[in-house]
Amino acid sequence: MNEPFDAKSSENQYKLLGELTVPLDDSELFTATSVEHWKQVTEKIAWFVCLLATLVLIVPMMAILTYLLVQAWPALSFSFLVENPHNYMTAGGIWAPLVGTFWLVWISLLIAAPVGVLAGVYLNEYARDNWCTRIINLAVVNLAGVPSIIHALFGVGAFVMFAGMGRSLLAASCTLAVMTLPVIITSTREALAAVPRAFREACWNLGASRWQTIRTIVLPNSISGILTGVILQVSRAAGETAPILFTGAVFFSTLPEYGIQAFFPYGLGDRCMALSMHLFTLSTQVRGVTPALQYGTAVVLIGLVLAVNSLSIGLRVYLRSRKKW
Amino acid sequence: MDHAIQFDDVSVHYGGKTALRQITLAIPKKQIFGIIGPANSGKTTLLKCINRTLDFTPAARVSGKVVVAGRDVAGFRNVYELRRRVGMVFPLPVGLPLTIYENVAYAPRRAGIHDRAELEVLVEHCLHQAMLWDEVSDRLDMLGTRLSGGQQQRLTLARALSHRPEILCLDEFSIAIDPVTTMKIEDVLLELKEQMTIVLVTNLVQQARRLADRTAFLSAGTLIEEGETEKIFTQPVNRLTERYVNGEFG
Ligand SMILES: Nc1ncnc2c1ncn2[C@@H]1O[C@H](COP(=O)(O)OP(=O)(O)O)[C@@H](O)[C@H]1O
Ligand SMILES: [Mg+2]
Repeated sequence: MNEPFDAKSSENQYKLLGELTVPLDDSELFTATSVEHWKQVTEKIAWFVCLLATLVLIVPMMAILTYLLVQAWPALSFSFLVENPHNYMTAGGIWAPLVGTFWLVWISLLIAAPVGVLAGVYLNEYARDNWCTRIINLAVVNLAGVPSIIHALFGVGAFVMFAGMGRSLLAASCTLAVMTLPVIITSTREALAAVPRAFREACWNLGASRWQTIRTIVLPNSISGILTGVILQVSRAAGETAPILFTGAVFFSTLPEYGIQAFFPYGLGDRCMALSMHLFTLSTQVRGVTPALQYGTAVVLIGLVLAVNSLSIGLRVYLRSRKKW
Repeated sequence: MDHAIQFDDVSVHYGGKTALRQITLAIPKKQIFGIIGPANSGKTTLLKCINRTLDFTPAARVSGKVVVAGRDVAGFRNVYELRRRVGMVFPLPVGLPLTIYENVAYAPRRAGIHDRAELEVLVEHCLHQAMLWDEVSDRLDMLGTRLSGGQQQRLTLARALSHRPEILCLDEFSIAIDPVTTMKIEDVLLELKEQMTIVLVTNLVQQARRLADRTAFLSAGTLIEEGETEKIFTQPVNRLTERYVNGEFG
């Protein structure tokens, strides 16, 4: 009777289990209390509202894309891409603006990416937290929200006039670069800040300098975030009209369509056509343009932006799959 | 003059908060020096003064003098050399996001050793010393961050040994390590003290008693008592020390 109770022996465990289960029958166990009932209801509501918001977003987007594609269908062909506009832009294709956009974006990227990434590295890795840094950070964040037309005016003042570039491909690219810089800096800083500080401290303790630490540990592990930020700015630069309107874009210019010349048609000092500008011209400045031509231009522009964005998403997924901690 | 590290009237403030109060302390060469004390008494801060990693905490202000290898640490032009002379192991294990091999080869590479054969020997040697070799010898190219907590802790130890430091600072190194492995590492430490000075911060007073030649007791940023370990444990001068080593507070 008085032998010690050993909870671990299988016989006693069975007994314990039996005592526990007897007073509770199943129906009592699984009936929701009023609190739990309310929990289930709110869960359903939350799910539905979130789904609705997503649909509100997706449906118009799909509708716009479909409408554009249908309208543009008669114009879309390979020759549409590689032919220059003819007959006062009422016929032909979009080769000149396409090449123009390519060079504008590429040159602005060559300027903005290194400067933006290095500035982000400085602000996140080197700068001490004092009032000066805080003002710079505030300025960067606010610049990201400045409307592009303001950047355009700045570009006219700074590059076209002050720096004496005139209205040119270079001035327009510089303006685009200035417009994209703040976001590149901010996204770089965020990507760097996501690398745990403990890694840096471990390296410093091993006698590595700040730059060695950045090069060997911080940058390799934040490159996906940095690249995503940079690439998203590419599509933004491709789509904007205002910053290039007064700084270097031109309504019309003919380019060679054949040979190596066709790919390098503009010098840095030349004005150039651009897709976004071309679309604006076709829809408001020229008479007698078939709608298909306008929609075709829009589809190519959107396609370009979507392609660049998917590239960035793909890159991010790939790099994240190799995440190291 | 025959001391590895000397603290001369060292105080540290974090903003308005005092972490260390006028510490004067000499740590002899080629011994294990234990530092014990309750949480937040400034033990970690004391270690960070030695290799000047406190520089990376902008809020921290240091006054007084810390002398390592006969030189004032504030006067080291090449602070990286100072950090290479000191091996640090902090309580939270941090495997760098590199392979196990590269984790251990990191410091030697930064110091300019690029010879593969030399690196391989060095890496194996350090992993042996940290009692990790047997567990990872067949997967040196695995990411260090994928190891378990205790293994990462030993990886940190191997890394701290990889640049052949003259001084090894261990800050509560055994938190994440199982008792058996801890015992093995303690044996290694006893061997290592033939070659280097070891500063052992520990919250396990018995660990200090087992290993340390001399022990210092810190409380609330103040050095309460310092002396031969046996004396600290059996005939402490200060009442606070006596209560702490007997587990009455802390
Ligand atoms: N980076 C920091 N900023 C502000 N206060 C700190 C910082 N690091 C440590 N402290 C404070 O300094 C005191 C000593 O801390 P620490 O040296 O970590 O003690 P221990 O290692 O003995 O636990 C604590 O009160 C702690 O809150
Ligand atoms: Mg500590």
